[in-house]
Amino acid sequence: MTDTVAAEGVGDATLDIPANPPRRALGLHRELSRVWSNDRGWRGQVTAVNHTTLGLRFMATALVFFAIGGVLAMLIRAQLATRQGAFLDTELYNQIFTMHGSIMMFLFAIPMLEGLGIYLLPKLLGTRDMAFPRLTALGYWCYLFGGLILLAALAAGVAPRDGWFMYTPLSSAEFSPGINADVWLLGVTFVEISALAAAVEITVTILRQRAPGMRLTQMPLFAWYMLGTAAMMLVGFPPLILASVLLEVERAFDWPFFDVARGGDPLLWQHLFWMFGHPEVYIIFLPAAGAISTILPALCRTSILGYGGIVAAILALVFLSFGLWVHHMFAIGIPHLALTFFSAASLAVAVPTAVQVFAWIGTMWKGRPELALPMLYILGFFLTFVMGGLTGVMLAVIPFNWQAHDTAFVTAHLHYVLIGGFVFPMLAAAAWWMPQITGRARIRGLGEVAFWVILIGFHGTFFVMHLTGLLGMPRRIDVYPDNPEWEVLNLTSSVFGFVMAIGLALFALDLVLQATMGQRAGRNPWRAPTLDWAMSLPAPTFNFASLPGPRQVAEAAPDRTALALARGEGLLPGAPRGQRELLVTTAADARPDHVAVLPGNTALPLVLSASIGAFVLLMLAGLYALAPVALVAVAALAWRWHRGLATLAAGGAMVAVAPRLALPVQPGRGRSLTHSGGVALLVADGTLFAALIFGVAFLHVVAPGWPPPPAAAETATGAVLLVALAVGLGVAALAAHVTEARQPAGRSLAGWAVLGLAGNGAALLALALLAGWVMDDPTAHARDALRGVLAGYVGLHALICALMAAFVLDQIRRGEVPTSGAPSGWRLWQDFATATGLVAVAVVLGTAAVA
Amino acid sequence: MLLLAGCGGPLSSLDPAGPAAGATAVLWWAMLIGAGVLTLMVLGLLAAGFGRPRPVREGRWTVGLGLWFSIAVLSALLAAGVWVGERLLPRGDAVVTVEAHARQWGWRFGHPDGRGGRIETDGTLHIPAGQPVDVIVTSADVIHSFWVPRLAGKIDAIPGRANRLRIEADTPGSFDGLCAEFCGLGHAGMRFRVIAHPPDDWPAVLETLGEETAE
Repeated sequence: MTDTVAAEGVGDATLDIPANPPRRALGLHRELSRVWSNDRGWRGQVTAVNHTTLGLRFMATALVFFAIGGVLAMLIRAQLATRQGAFLDTELYNQIFTMHGSIMMFLFAIPMLEGLGIYLLPKLLGTRDMAFPRLTALGYWCYLFGGLILLAALAAGVAPRDGWFMYTPLSSAEFSPGINADVWLLGVTFVEISALAAAVEITVTILRQRAPGMRLTQMPLFAWYMLGTAAMMLVGFPPLILASVLLEVERAFDWPFFDVARGGDPLLWQHLFWMFGHPEVYIIFLPAAGAISTILPALCRTSILGYGGIVAAILALVFLSFGLWVHHMFAIGIPHLALTFFSAASLAVAVPTAVQVFAWIGTMWKGRPELALPMLYILGFFLTFVMGGLTGVMLAVIPFNWQAHDTAFVTAHLHYVLIGGFVFPMLAAAAWWMPQITGRARIRGLGEVAFWVILIGFHGTFFVMHLTGLLGMPRRIDVYPDNPEWEVLNLTSSVFGFVMAIGLALFALDLVLQATMGQRAGRNPWRAPTLDWAMSLPAPTFNFASLPGPRQVAEAAPDRTALALARGEGLLPGAPRGQRELLVTTAADARPDHVAVLPGNTALPLVLSASIGAFVLLMLAGLYALAPVALVAVAALAWRWHRGLATLAAGGAMVAVAPRLALPVQPGRGRSLTHSGGVALLVADGTLFAALIFGVAFLHVVAPGWPPPPAAAETATGAVLLVALAVGLGVAALAAHVTEARQPAGRSLAGWAVLGLAGNGAALLALALLAGWVMDDPTAHARDALRGVLAGYVGLHALICALMAAFVLDQIRRGEVPTSGAPSGWRLWQDFATATGLVAVAVVLGTAAVA
Repeated sequence: MLLLAGCGGPLSSLDPAGPAAGATAVLWWAMLIGAGVLTLMVLGLLAAGFGRPRPVREGRWTVGLGLWFSIAVLSALLAAGVWVGERLLPRGDAVVTVEAHARQWGWRFGHPDGRGGRIETDGTLHIPAGQPVDVIVTSADVIHSFWVPRLAGKIDAIPGRANRLRIEADTPGSFDGLCAEFCGLGHAGMRFRVIAHPPDDWPAVLETLGEETAE
């Protein structure tokens, strides 16, 4: 087995890094523990930034939300068990099914896969932590606080009740008065900060922190899957965030984006929502498929069949999944020929899925499958997911969709796909990695029983639901007094739903027993070939006492590697400088580039997310005048955040990584982790802007109620101010470029930084004059509301860039500039702000000219 | 027969009473058989995987089965779907055009009275049987969806828009309809009825309706 794995996992032969001399493993362990451990006691709970701690915390919290969502599902099933369910009233029922969907999507599935990636990726890739540990913690707190806001609303009886996709105008202020819908819009957006944070750092960690010699084309498939997931999250979440912001602005300030009477269109919400919502399905599926691609070959004692084909399939899925959102909207009256395109795309997306399924089955043929517990769950996955995929193919066929859409058939389909494609693989992953997480072996028997109960419960619940839907039962109804023919089917679903719940409870019990009473597991109980098993169990906070290099990557023999690494024979052993260090490598071929110093334990992420939470709560309370105060706190804390990075930079020192290999600490420009993270974040930001421009175009072309009455804003003064805005941003961009290019010049750059500050300031002034003096009332028509949002977007970015210029100026004053990446960061953001600002100006001028 | 007996019901899309629902039901049964065969094939391959290790050709699995086989199946399905879908579209002039106006939580229907005016009814839509009827679907408030499962697929009622759906009942009778898009507290009760009258009676039906609503 080892032979085949090693033969296919050959590292970079041209990269030869000599081993460090062996040391005492215990001494190294203590040295690293002093630097990497969480703070003691309760303080450690709030200041931890470590990926192992936070990855587990993400997954544990997600499991709690899964249990809550499951209880809500049981309430739904209890209500539907009989025709005249008198168990819940309609108002409460609507809240419960809305919360069930929202919790399972946003508070269980997404955080669960984030947690899995955060916990596993550094271990699989051979590094010590994620790229941005404080961001990991920030993401966790935003997730927890956002989730608690939603739960509090449920407990208080004011939970969202418009369905998890929140269609307008049902969710607009007119038809959903009260804060129920605001809770969803603000709470879920708050939680999505964690999704964006995870996407940014997963992308950067995979691209820049792989063990030297682990080329992109050889990295474990799980990393490929997570890279695809992170890319989709960066592009998939922004449309939803934009839609939520627009709807919240409409509800709070009466700006009509979705109101037909004033040039809005409820279909804009549907487009933006499903531009997120469909990729979301693959965001959830890909990490699960990554777990299967990791576990399956190891349990078959062979290597994966068709690595290249699977990577191609992942890329195809990432690409295709953004082209089929309209299949959720086949019944809105779009012409059939246009639907055919989306139908074809929806069918085409089944092809890369089929490639993976057949590669996995071929892997089983090639090896000798062992029927261990994770394999049982993988078989459960195959059965369930294949059926769910096939009903998905049926739903992509337009005439059938017109019948089955919005019925229990779709409910059945989506549960087959999500439970089959995500929950079963996650259960397999839990069984697989529990020894890694706890260092303990499973107690035999209980897990197998749980598997069969879950499998039978699941299919008993959802298989008949297909028929219920075809017999005409729509989604989201609470009673069906006139349809006795649905009753037996619903009762069956309800009974088996409780069976499934019992199975999941048994599974949870099994986990608890294993964590508390299991016997010590050996170091690599599954004889897996990946680096996540090349460490003592449970994993130490720093993962590796010394980091794996090309040799260890090529060997793919974790048992041997573990000893060598623990003795410090790998790269960058110990923590001799008393700081958290790891290796940064080049993106494609993983050549050592520099040593990054990571920040240590801090409560800053908690405080920052609490101030974002304060903003959310003030908005929820309707205290719109006070809410900006919280944003001032956010800005001040963000400033401190970056000061923290600036003080970490150790002045261009060289660090010994291995004999004859010394690397610089924190390169000056372009190649730092922070810079890569900035690029990733701007991809998301740019997508949000593109979605906004899509919104402008969509309303102009498609919405009823256009063209609007001529705007008073289209005056000579307005044009002059728009030009002033463009010039201000242009000057700021010039200043940022000069500052970056002449970085080492230090103090003489102060003038340029001031110019940058002034340019952004002029842009903000122009916007303020436009808003206060020229622009039409944004509540009058969607055109004016969209112009208001464009102005807000450009203004926010000018403000951020002004702060970044001020930060650089402050650094020059302190004499820090030559060693920090702040000028590069400013230049990157300023380029983006100026480019989007110019596009926004062009859009406003262009649409005015057309009108 | 037992299987088909379980497929009945006033809202069953599997008990079609019109050409659109009929064609879609045929499509469904064909897809069900195909899906069953494919599921069995995958399960068979999986079961066969539990044996001795054997040499496998990568291309046969990823390219042969994964790519070409799935493309072939899906292309055939796409062609069938488009063919059926095109035949369901409102083409040419319908004999009768009626309106379905949705609101929270009920339906108001408009019928031509044959003299250029409209006859409005609440909760019941009258159509002639055996003739294509176009329904213009609109909404007064939130999004609803017009669905008579035994006659045809559904179409959304969207504020600011008028969507057109073609329905046809093969024979006279009464057919249940409902709102399929979640629309708030009264969603579950937002039902209606379509009565298809013998074509010969249609003018008389309109006459009676006109008198009833005038009262």
